[in-house]
Amino acid sequence: MTMIARLRQRLFATPIDAAITLVCLYILWRISVPLVHWLLLDATWHGTSRDDCKGSGACWVFVRVRFSQFMYGQYPVSERWRVDIVGALWVLVTAALSWRGLPHRRLATLAAVVVLPIVGIVLLHGGWGTGLSLVETREWGGLMLTLFLTIYAGLIAIPLGILLALGRRSRLPLVRFASMVFIEFWRGVPIITVIFLASLLLPLIMPTGFDLDRLARAVIGLAFVIAAYMAEAVRGGLQAVPDGQTEAAQALGLGYWRIQRMIVLPQALRIALPAMTNEVISLFKSTTLVLIVSIFDLLGIAQAALADPAWVGMNMEAYVFAGAIYWFACFALSQWSRRRERRLLIAHGR
Amino acid sequence: MMTFLRDRKVRDILWQAAGAVVLVALVWFFVRNASENMVKAGIASGFQFLWRDSGIEVPFNLTGYRPSDTVLALLWTGIVNTLLVSAVSIVVATAIGFAVGLLRLSSNWLLSTLAGVYVEFVRNIPLLFFVLFWYFGVLAALPTPRESLSFLGVTFLNRRGLSIPTPNDLTGLRLSLLAIVVLVAAQWGLARWARARQARTGRDFPTWAVGFVTCGALPIVALVLGGAATSWDVPTLRGFNYRGGFVLVPEFVALFAALSTYTAGFIAEAVRGGILSVRQGQIDAARALGLTPGRIVRLVVIPLAMPVIIPPLTSQYLNLIKNSSFGAAIAYPEIVAVFMGSALVSTGQSIEIIAITLAIYLTLSLAVSLFMNWYDARHRMVTR
Repeated sequence: MTMIARLRQRLFATPIDAAITLVCLYILWRISVPLVHWLLLDATWHGTSRDDCKGSGACWVFVRVRFSQFMYGQYPVSERWRVDIVGALWVLVTAALSWRGLPHRRLATLAAVVVLPIVGIVLLHGGWGTGLSLVETREWGGLMLTLFLTIYAGLIAIPLGILLALGRRSRLPLVRFASMVFIEFWRGVPIITVIFLASLLLPLIMPTGFDLDRLARAVIGLAFVIAAYMAEAVRGGLQAVPDGQTEAAQALGLGYWRIQRMIVLPQALRIALPAMTNEVISLFKSTTLVLIVSIFDLLGIAQAALADPAWVGMNMEAYVFAGAIYWFACFALSQWSRRRERRLLIAHGR
Repeated sequence: MMTFLRDRKVRDILWQAAGAVVLVALVWFFVRNASENMVKAGIASGFQFLWRDSGIEVPFNLTGYRPSDTVLALLWTGIVNTLLVSAVSIVVATAIGFAVGLLRLSSNWLLSTLAGVYVEFVRNIPLLFFVLFWYFGVLAALPTPRESLSFLGVTFLNRRGLSIPTPNDLTGLRLSLLAIVVLVAAQWGLARWARARQARTGRDFPTWAVGFVTCGALPIVALVLGGAATSWDVPTLRGFNYRGGFVLVPEFVALFAALSTYTAGFIAEAVRGGILSVRQGQIDAARALGLTPGRIVRLVVIPLAMPVIIPPLTSQYLNLIKNSSFGAAIAYPEIVAVFMGSALVSTGQSIEIIAITLAIYLTLSLAVSLFMNWYDARHRMVTR
């Protein structure tokens, strides 16, 4: 009974409300029925080639056949276990670090953040006297590359952003000015132009003979832009920490860096976490732009797959698959940040 | 001797001096490398290339640009195309964004949920995905010109783009535009007079009802009249394609569709946040004073919500302008595509071209943030 009453109140409160509900239901029906048919009911799931797709629905055979390419790009098949190991390492370490009972958690996090990226690059790239065969970054691609770009650019952008945010509030005018110029410059230009800039100008301003990998250029370009946005997110957190905290620490005789590290940043970063997560999400979405300089991340691989003459007309399938991965990843991240935010509010008794 | 180092002022100056030296050294190092590398590659620096013939074809331009024109003219064409797609998308994104943001607060559960689904869908997918999706997924699946989708028999959508009619002469439209300006000015004057009278005598005047007529209904009449008096160049099917009128290329349509629907999701959030920031107590107080629901929205909710909405809204506009550079991915001829892409490849002047492009975007950003600061200073709520 209460169920029906609630339904009435929320959907059929007034005649106009009822009409709106009915119109919405009708539109929903008209959209979802063909969609479900195309996505699931009429779709072809099994087979090996385009000829197996006879139904009027989606041809998921295409995604099945191409799945490993969507994940690894052109990474040599015999070496893909290296990618799997790196992925497993990240997952395991992240899981271990998020366990609250871990001894020396702070130290372990710091060590992981320094060691894991190096191990990752060595394993993925090979060569350099490791005995692993060399896989050039040209061959990297797909979801693996998307995650690579996000993690490495993020690992540069977060500390750099924190430093810039501190710099913007520094008592030294030169530091303040330099930080402000850096932040405003990178925030003022489109990311596409930055990726162009990084891939064209970085080789030009380096000494002759010093060849910076084009993937590294893309990472640096992305990292600078996201660092500028990250700095603004952190600044919001810094502003929320009362001045009394710094003053009390100064009265205790702590120096600048100790105050920031022990008093201000732990509070500021906790407040800034939702905004910082938003920047990570936006970084994850921005990695798609490396397509412009012919680096094939997940979306780039999907786009490139459309040119395959054996699979003409698979545009929708490729986009739906790639789009779904992006959506789930971003949605999960934003939900995680929202949950943390709520827990924080409860912890502060607000 | 070292005691003076304990002075904070001295230390501050020394630290900054050291920082400045490192910065200058770094810049000098980069510039030296760049000039060395450029000498080796045989690239002459300077901006003379801007006055050379570009030789680059731009299929979609409003400036009357031809390949025999200068590179500067090419840049101008790119800027106009960027501004065109940005302006149109901003208008549509704002309309969708406000609608979705308000619907999300609807008391009808289904309506607010659908609006929420839209926002969550759009915000969690990369914009480049939408641009490619519209271009290669939707527009490529449109019918051929012969089987175009027709709107009222004057506008046609097919895979070659959107053909719209154009006026042959502008006299009629200019007159209706003049009429609209006069109407809006009259409404503004009327509103001032009504407010002054209300302050003086307390007598009310239906400003808004009149406003709907002077700023809503009459302009439409004026446009229809002006349009009817004008002869139009209507697109007609000849051979394999439509001739006459103006063709909005598929690149434009795809970029516009992606930009406006994507940004609308973010605008909707800004609108919702602004309205939710109005405290319930304000609304209760207005109700206690006996204001009607419509007046509560107009006199209490909107004035309190707008200062909260405007700053994020402006930054979304700025994002949209910057994001119009995504057009480069589908070869819509905006600044990045024609200048940083085509012109850079044909002239090789990478440093100059990148500097000019960045300068243009920075100028736009600076202009928008100056406006934002000015608006903020003017409308800041005076508290306590």
